[in-house]
Formats: sequence, C-alpha cells, structure tokens
Amino acid sequence: MTPKERAELYRRMLTIRRAEERLQKLFADGLVPGFLHLSIGQEAVPVGVSSALTEADTVSSNHRGHGHTLAKGVDLTGFFAEILGKATGLCRGRGGSMHVADLSKGMLGANGIVAAGLPITTGSALAHRMQGKGNIAVVYFGDGALAEGLVHECLNIAKLWSLPILFVCENNGWSEFSPTERQLATSLDRLGKAYGITYREVDGNVVEEVARAAGKLVAGMRKAPAPAILECRTTRVRGHFEGDRQDYRDSDEIAALDARDPIRLCAEALMAAGLDDAALAAIAAEVEAKIEAATEAALAAPLPEAGDILADVYTRAEV
Amino acid sequence: MAETRYIKAVNQALKDAMRDDPTVFLIGEDIGAAGGSFKATRDLLDLYGPERVYDAPIAEAAITGIAVGAALTGMKPVAEIMFMDFITLSMDMLVNQAAKARSMFGGQGSVPMVLRTPHGGGLNAGPQHSQCLEAWLAHVPGLKVVVPSNPADAYSLLRAAIDDPDPVIVVENKALYAMKGEMPDTPERIEIGKARIARPGRDATVVAYGAAVGMAEAAAEVMAAEGVEVEVIDLRSVQPWDEACVLESLSRTHNLVVVHEAVEAFGVGAEIAARMADIGFDELDGPIVRVGAPFAPSPFGKTLEEAYRPNADRIVAALRRTLA
Repeated sequence: MTPKERAELYRRMLTIRRAEERLQKLFADGLVPGFLHLSIGQEAVPVGVSSALTEADTVSSNHRGHGHTLAKGVDLTGFFAEILGKATGLCRGRGGSMHVADLSKGMLGANGIVAAGLPITTGSALAHRMQGKGNIAVVYFGDGALAEGLVHECLNIAKLWSLPILFVCENNGWSEFSPTERQLATSLDRLGKAYGITYREVDGNVVEEVARAAGKLVAGMRKAPAPAILECRTTRVRGHFEGDRQDYRDSDEIAALDARDPIRLCAEALMAAGLDDAALAAIAAEVEAKIEAATEAALAAPLPEAGDILADVYTRAEV
Repeated sequence: MAETRYIKAVNQALKDAMRDDPTVFLIGEDIGAAGGSFKATRDLLDLYGPERVYDAPIAEAAITGIAVGAALTGMKPVAEIMFMDFITLSMDMLVNQAAKARSMFGGQGSVPMVLRTPHGGGLNAGPQHSQCLEAWLAHVPGLKVVVPSNPADAYSLLRAAIDDPDPVIVVENKALYAMKGEMPDTPERIEIGKARIARPGRDATVVAYGAAVGMAEAAAEVMAAEGVEVEVIDLRSVQPWDEACVLESLSRTHNLVVVHEAVEAFGVGAEIAARMADIGFDELDGPIVRVGAPFAPSPFGKTLEEAYRPNADRIVAALRRTLA
C-alpha cells in the first residue's frame, strides 16, 4: 500500500468519525429525531472493506450503519439531511439513521431488524451471479446477529449456490446490552468451518489489515463466485444507542479502548511512514470543513411536507 | 379459446413471463426437479435451466429475503411459498423489508417481486396447511394482494403481478387448482385493483374473492329460482380493492353481503363492510352481512372442515337476512 493510499483510508475513516461525532452533538442538542446508534471505534471495517469495492457492488447494513453507508460513497449532505429527517435527505426524510440507503451507489440500506441484511444481500449476490458482470455483495452485521436463525439459512444457501457474497462480521463483543459470550454457544470461525466457507479473521481496528484481507477475498470471488466470511475484531466505544449510559460495562474495558482506536493506529502508521503532524492536520481540516458544510446545509434544509405521507408507498398511483 | 385448469394457467403464466423477460426467475422449495408441491412449476426447470429455477432449501425467510435482495438488484423474482401458513416464517422479509423499501428509501427504487402461495381448505390439510391469511398482508402498506378465482384470472393476475414494479402476493386456492375453465387465446390484461362483475343482478350484491366467488355464484342460482337477482362481484385484488365498483353496485342493489373463506373476524370483509357503512350508508336497505370461517383454527376432520368453510347455503342465509 502506498503512503498516498494509506492516507486516503485515513481520510475516509476520519470522515466517518467526525460525522458521527457531529451527529452525537446534534443528538445531544435535540436536533436528531429518533434513535442513533454510533459506530465510533469501528471505522476501519467499512473503510477497509470498501477499498475493495466498486460502485456496482452492493452492500447492506444494520442499525449501526453510518460507517458502511459513508464508506460506500454516498453524498455527505444527503446523509446528514436524512438523519435529521429533512426533505433533502437521501431517503427524503422517511428512513432516518436506521434506514439510510442510496441505491445509485449500491447501498441497499441500513436495517432496523437484526440479521435482516443477510438474506437481502444473499439475494443481491444471486442477482450478481445471474448478471455475470463480476460484481459482488457485502453484508455487514454484528456478533449479536449470529444468534439469529437467518444466519444459518444464508450461510447454507450462499455455499450451496456459490454466491459472491462477503459476510463481514463486526465483532465488538457486545449484543446490544449483553456480552456476546453469554449469547452465543459457538463462534463464527466454527460456523464457517461447518458450512465449508472460507473464513478470515483480522484485527478490525487496523484498516490496512482489513483492506488487505477484503481485497484478497473479493478478488477471488469476482473470478469464481463463492461466499467468504471476514470476521473483524473491533471495538464499540459508545453505548448500544446514544443515551445508553453503559452501566453494564466495566470502566476498565472502556478505558482500554483508546489504545485500540483505529484512527489513532492509522495515524501512528502514517507518521511511522514519514507523514508529519502538519499533513495529518491538513487532512483533518479538510474533513472537518466538509462535515461542517454538510451539517449546515442539512440543518437549513426544509422538513418534508405532511401532504407527502402517501407518496411512494407504491410506484403507481392507486386505482 | 381452449380449456385449461387453474394450475396449468399458473404454469403457463410463469412460462410466458420467463420467455418475455430474462430477469424473471423462480425460487422456492421443490419447484425445480419436483415441479412444485402442486406442480405449478412443472417442466420449467427443463425449459429454463437451474440458473432461472432455483430449488431452495426449506428456508422460507431466506427465500423471501433473497427475492427482496434480487429485486433490489435488477431482477424480477417469483418466489413460491408452498403453503400460505408458512408465510409466518417470511413475515419480516415481507412486512419490514419488501413492503417498506420504496417508501422508506424515499422512492429511490422499488421491489418488483412476486410471492405465490396457496391458501384455503377442502383438502383436510389441517390447521397448519389450510389457513387464509391474506388480511394480514392486505393490512401492510406497500404490499399488493391478489386472489384469482378461476383459471383465466390465475393467468392474467399472475402476469400483472410479475409486471408490477411493487411486491405482489398472489394467493392461489388449493381447492381450485384442478378447476377447469376457458383460457382466451389472447389473455386479458388485468389491472391490479379492478374488480369483475361475475354475475349481474339488481336485488343484492355479494362481494367475494378466490374460491368464495364460486360459492357466491351458486348462492345466486338458488336465489334466482326465487326471483331474486343477485349481483356477484369478484374482487380479484384485495389490496388495493375496487371500492368504486362495490359502491356502484350497492347503489343499484342496496343490499350487501361479503364472503371469504378466511376467518370472518378482522378480515377483508370487515374492511369492505366498514367502508360501505361509511361511504355507502345512504344506499343501504339492510345490514351488511359477512360470511366467513368461524373464529377457530381450520380443523382437520372432514365433518369439521365442511362445517368450517363457507358455502352457498350460508351465503343464501346471509342474503335472506339482509333482504328481510
């Protein structure tokens, strides 16, 4: 990986981090309607995975999906406007944080139902295989989703039908408010083995590791359609949702997260490779300016008209 | 004009749709090599190959979700759920995903999928293989639900469903699969949401769909012998349903009975009765009477199932009540 490529990954991670920090603040100010699930600490996963993807590849996501969405290249202003419930949002203010989608960018949607993205992405991978253009599909899910029955159904079918789907598990150790070790009697590597699906585990907080592993798996499945699993060990810094005080977590555990911060790790690697403070600061300034401009535009945008409530329930007008 | 059977009409619609559009593909349990539990997909694997006819594992939620994802990626999947009772396992994919994607994503795209599934009793298939659950689906904004009552409609409604850009549930009736009927040389293009006057009449209106249409026609025969002319409306589609057609008929006959095989309480008939009691209030000369299954699981035993399903006698009794 060239220093320039590495710096680009850093810039993308920082974009997600600063965007979520901005959302965190907007939420605290009462400007974000509904629920907000932040992926702070997990940015290296979608940025690393997306470095292997084209716009025609499809991804689907879960409730903690801001990083997946931004990494797929969606418009930053439309993203902020959607989460603020504005008419100019990517989904015209009808979806919000848990349902951001941009079909033009191959982003098939965040999802409010745990593990629901798996069958949708399995179907998308089937479509890719039928269309024969070498495109692939990626589904992001957490370790908490592994307790859902659909995981079994989809691993089974993806293997049986040799579908080009990358199952990306962001394993942050938490199933909402419970440690996953109390929720799951097995592990994803064992499930991979059981189904005969290629399995790789990486430090999900080291973006280069994620990018390298994803790049290799994706290149393979473009040539010969087949599923693969990429389990990324990562860290959930914030609560299950904003407002969750995380009383159920040990303070030592939370304090230790900082040392594994993916952005800090990437910055250290960049510095070791010769980048200086000024170069990093320049990237940060550029990212922050973009986030601020997007936030301002989204805040100024109009709310949806109440009269639009029936729009788009169906494609054609009712008879 | 040639005679065909309901199940053959379904098969023909699938065959023709696959011929006309290379993005149409089939997915379901035992639909390929076995040709489907009721043979709706017979010969289609041989004709179109395993890249377009997918014999899926027994995994209804995944089958339905795969249809959603493929539809969002440029394909037109037609999924089969072997018995309507099994859609309980597909409900998240139908209700939270397929139905909502277009609206929830701000109209960016749509989910052009079809889910075919048979409902209804008459085969002594018991409480988990006989239910009519279409009202659940009709209650969900974003889904369309059609229920063909005869072979020609089974063809035309399925073609219309496959052509539709939104998710459509095609509810077939197991007891009708062997039904014979005429198939026009040029099948009718049906607009989803438009009803059909199955039998014109001036004294009372019976609204029905699916297998209940035949029962309503039989009841109309009985009444005709007494000089009472009953109009039978075949809804064809329960979501959306043809409110204008029902209201127009009611404004001529002034009496209304609604019939379905599904449980009467909280059913499609309740919606139709409520709307007509509202917008058709001034037209009513008698109570709106519903005929449906009693509030009990659909029973297995022959005598019990016969007593459970609506029939012409019960529709006649309902007509006498509203006309009294």
